[in-house]
Amino acid sequence: MPAEPIPAPLTAACEQVRAATPADAVAGVTPSYVASPGSVAEASAVMTAAAGLGLAVLPRGTGTRLAWGAPPRRCDLVVDTLRLDRVLEHEAGDLVTRVQAGVTIEQLASVVGAAGQQLALDLPEPGDGGGRGTVGGVLATGVAGPRRLRYGTPRDLAIGITVVLADGTVAHSGGKVVKNVAGYDLGKLFAGSYGTLGLITELAFRLHPVPGAACFVLCDCDGAAAAQETMAAAAGSPLAPSAAEIDRPARGGPFRAAILIEGDPAGTGERAAQLRDLLGPGAEVSAAEPSWWGRSAVAAADATLVRISFWAGELAAVIEALDAAAGAAGIDPAIGGAAAAGVIYAAIPAAAAPAAVAQFVSALRAMPPLGPAGQDGPPTRGSVVVLHAPPPVRDAVDVWGPAPAEGLMRALKDQFDPGHRMAPGRFAGGI
Amino acid sequence: MKGTLLSSGQYAVQGALWGEGSESEAGTMTGTMIEPAGAATGSGALTGPAGTTGPAGTTGPARATGPTGTPAKTLIPRLTQICGPDGVVSDPLELRTYECDGLTSHRCSPGLVVLPQTASQVAEIVTECARAGIPFVARGSGTGLSGGALPSTEGVLIVMSKMRKIISIDPASRRAIVEPGVTNLAVSKAAEPYGYFYAPDPSSQVVCSVGGNVAENSGGAHCLKHGFTVHHVTGLEIVTPSGELTWIGDGTGTTPGYDLVGMFTGSEGTLGIVTKIVVKLTRIPEAVTTLLAAFETTGHGGAAVSAIIGSGILPGAIEMMDALAIEAAEAAVACRYPEGAGAVLIVELDGPRADVERETEAVRALCEKAGATEIRAAQDAAERIAIWKGRRSAFAAVGRISPAYIVQDGVVPRTALPQVLDRIAELSAAAGIRVANVFHAGDGNLHPLVLFDDAIPEACAAAEKLSGAILDLCIEHGGSITGEHGVGADKSRYMPKMFGADDLATMQLLRCALDPAGLCNPGKIFPTPRLCGEVPGIRRAPHPLVAAGEIEQF
Repeated sequence: MPAEPIPAPLTAACEQVRAATPADAVAGVTPSYVASPGSVAEASAVMTAAAGLGLAVLPRGTGTRLAWGAPPRRCDLVVDTLRLDRVLEHEAGDLVTRVQAGVTIEQLASVVGAAGQQLALDLPEPGDGGGRGTVGGVLATGVAGPRRLRYGTPRDLAIGITVVLADGTVAHSGGKVVKNVAGYDLGKLFAGSYGTLGLITELAFRLHPVPGAACFVLCDCDGAAAAQETMAAAAGSPLAPSAAEIDRPARGGPFRAAILIEGDPAGTGERAAQLRDLLGPGAEVSAAEPSWWGRSAVAAADATLVRISFWAGELAAVIEALDAAAGAAGIDPAIGGAAAAGVIYAAIPAAAAPAAVAQFVSALRAMPPLGPAGQDGPPTRGSVVVLHAPPPVRDAVDVWGPAPAEGLMRALKDQFDPGHRMAPGRFAGGI
Repeated sequence: MKGTLLSSGQYAVQGALWGEGSESEAGTMTGTMIEPAGAATGSGALTGPAGTTGPAGTTGPARATGPTGTPAKTLIPRLTQICGPDGVVSDPLELRTYECDGLTSHRCSPGLVVLPQTASQVAEIVTECARAGIPFVARGSGTGLSGGALPSTEGVLIVMSKMRKIISIDPASRRAIVEPGVTNLAVSKAAEPYGYFYAPDPSSQVVCSVGGNVAENSGGAHCLKHGFTVHHVTGLEIVTPSGELTWIGDGTGTTPGYDLVGMFTGSEGTLGIVTKIVVKLTRIPEAVTTLLAAFETTGHGGAAVSAIIGSGILPGAIEMMDALAIEAAEAAVACRYPEGAGAVLIVELDGPRADVERETEAVRALCEKAGATEIRAAQDAAERIAIWKGRRSAFAAVGRISPAYIVQDGVVPRTALPQVLDRIAELSAAAGIRVANVFHAGDGNLHPLVLFDDAIPEACAAAEKLSGAILDLCIEHGGSITGEHGVGADKSRYMPKMFGADDLATMQLLRCALDPAGLCNPGKIFPTPRLCGEVPGIRRAPHPLVAAGEIEQF
């Protein structure tokens, strides 16, 4: 297929624009062009040109999680952020860094790591040998690893943001100080927005010191109730664990649990020993990370990966609901994740029938621990989101499911992107 | 070990004693809502910048009025139906009780006050206001320090103080669901029997409401380690500015869709009214220790702060006071800080017992190395309270050494603290105006207290000018015009110094999405209301309403 000629406004806006290839496809939708701006000004020019041409735009970093979300309804132009690759500022004494959106997690880790600091998002390495993604992509997908229990998710660590809106407007909010309540926080709004509100070009993050030591307390739990008890004991203890994960490769088998204790080298061992004693016989302290640590959030590219979030105290009920839904659908997902923080993942092999996966997902959404709740709290107390799935499964399920206050979300989308050209259709509620 | 807790109970109760006291005092003043606010003014030395507002109740920030200028009074019959006769206040004298929040320099009697008891009543009230085009403002305990709850003469003030039920405490999920009028400390007290507390601890926590905390994204002395309100709220039931009652966030913190809870928290009451809140509960730490270190200068104290942070220790709180602030505190509460100290540092460590013990020793050594002239460690809860006493009293204590003062709230990167303090000293000397410095040193959040004599006509303006210059310094050093008090009515005029026109216009897209009519707490945060429906970009001519004098632009 001959490449489409690149419209003059695009080439005028950006030094690096090329025709797209099938390798640029996003969930089966191949764009026409790929632009790689090298500065915020150039990114703004690209977005302005795209607005003039009426192009649907999709931001992309390393593409690590590009398969997540629903396929875009339209995608004409991919804006690649990889040339926005500068660490603009790292003031170690302030534990703050300011970076361009295309900086990779690894690149940032090496810069701030030199000063004994970290962006405290222990993102798992994907199975495909690729990287962990760019900071812009990580914020846009809201992804976090096991230590979300202690440090939260990207929205909790981002303290400043610069974005380019669909019409080319460059806007920023926040700043480079951690304590700051001046103005609305656009960073929160763009966190987990999957590119549907605009292009993220710069971010400022709060950093944390790399702890001097880390160790794990491991134990097996026989059944869902025991798993919940272990998680509750860890998270409810004053021993300040940084993460508490469970893992169960197959239904019927025991849960493996691991709790991460980190901090001062002298104190870490002592706290781990205390936690081991608290968890009772069978628990042991290990200096090494278990092989499955953080892996529940990673599944083969052709598998279905489902994220289930819930109130941590409902863990056992969630697992029981999950087992019931999976049993009825005739599938056996591997489950695990940051159970103490109320997030687990279910990985369903590629071979599972799309209808079975769809049945599992919708049944789980309707079950009590996640479905309609009592009248004095939120109407739902959790969610089931299909992060990625093979195309036939994706076509068979509602990947996002219901989202609270969809009307408000639409109103926001209409304001930020009135032409609905930013990653249309990728997001919850069809946004 | 010494200085630790005897029981989990004590910790949360002592939480009330963390942080500075004047905000609590301000809260107490306005929290006792049956007293006319005028009485509170008399008792409090606290004075803020007068801003662009004139004498009480005559002018205010930009107001939206109903399409026909409908006065709020026309709503009395309908609102009485909704809230009952006890739930509506229209007597001019009683209305004056609500003319200001903790920032007493901005005053304006509301057109009408309503005190709803349920979320559906709030929704009905807002629906009536929206229908009539009458502006409305929500108010919690009225402890805010930026005039965020400043009412307008034409509008309705919705006071949330009757909605103070703690709906549920869920220790297994480490969550609580509360109504917005519940005080911050009441959440910690309710969670305490289960071994938990609610971490954000604004100094006014005895009186300030959780709903107000959500509006302001409140912090506190201990947010250095534990984070702000936005890190501890996972679900909100809100009434949108059009009167719709809806939940945002499902309590998990991982809700599909946009992070509406994050967006809403810290929006200063301009995007709707919160009617229920799901908060995270935090495990009460096993141990707490408090150190007081005296230094010859704030420079030496600052060096100790840098050394502590640089060592990888994250204390719960690091607070500093300079000589003038110490002098004031001594005069007020005889806190008996080391004599002749040019600066004192309060460092509080919390966490697992063994870690706290080790960190205490490390901090002590780092302070000594930075030139500490004396170090005291609280040996028990009483001594910890004694250490905090001076710090807590600092704001109010300044009233002992000055007839009036402005409390400023600015932020600079921690590493810029020494430079900025030097510059503040220079500005202070040049202007001949004394400035006492009290600050959250760990996160670079300054609270300079600019002292002046309000009996001298020009003194207030000069103090305001200096106070503004300090904010300029903060911006120059890459900081912020507010770290915790909010922009409110007080600082909207500084927003264009920190943000460009496109930044402000983009932020206001949120406003346009939720409150296109501009009725929900109008005139706060933004110096110029964005008329919704405009395309982003630079406005080339004054908006017709501005030109016609129907709305103000400043």
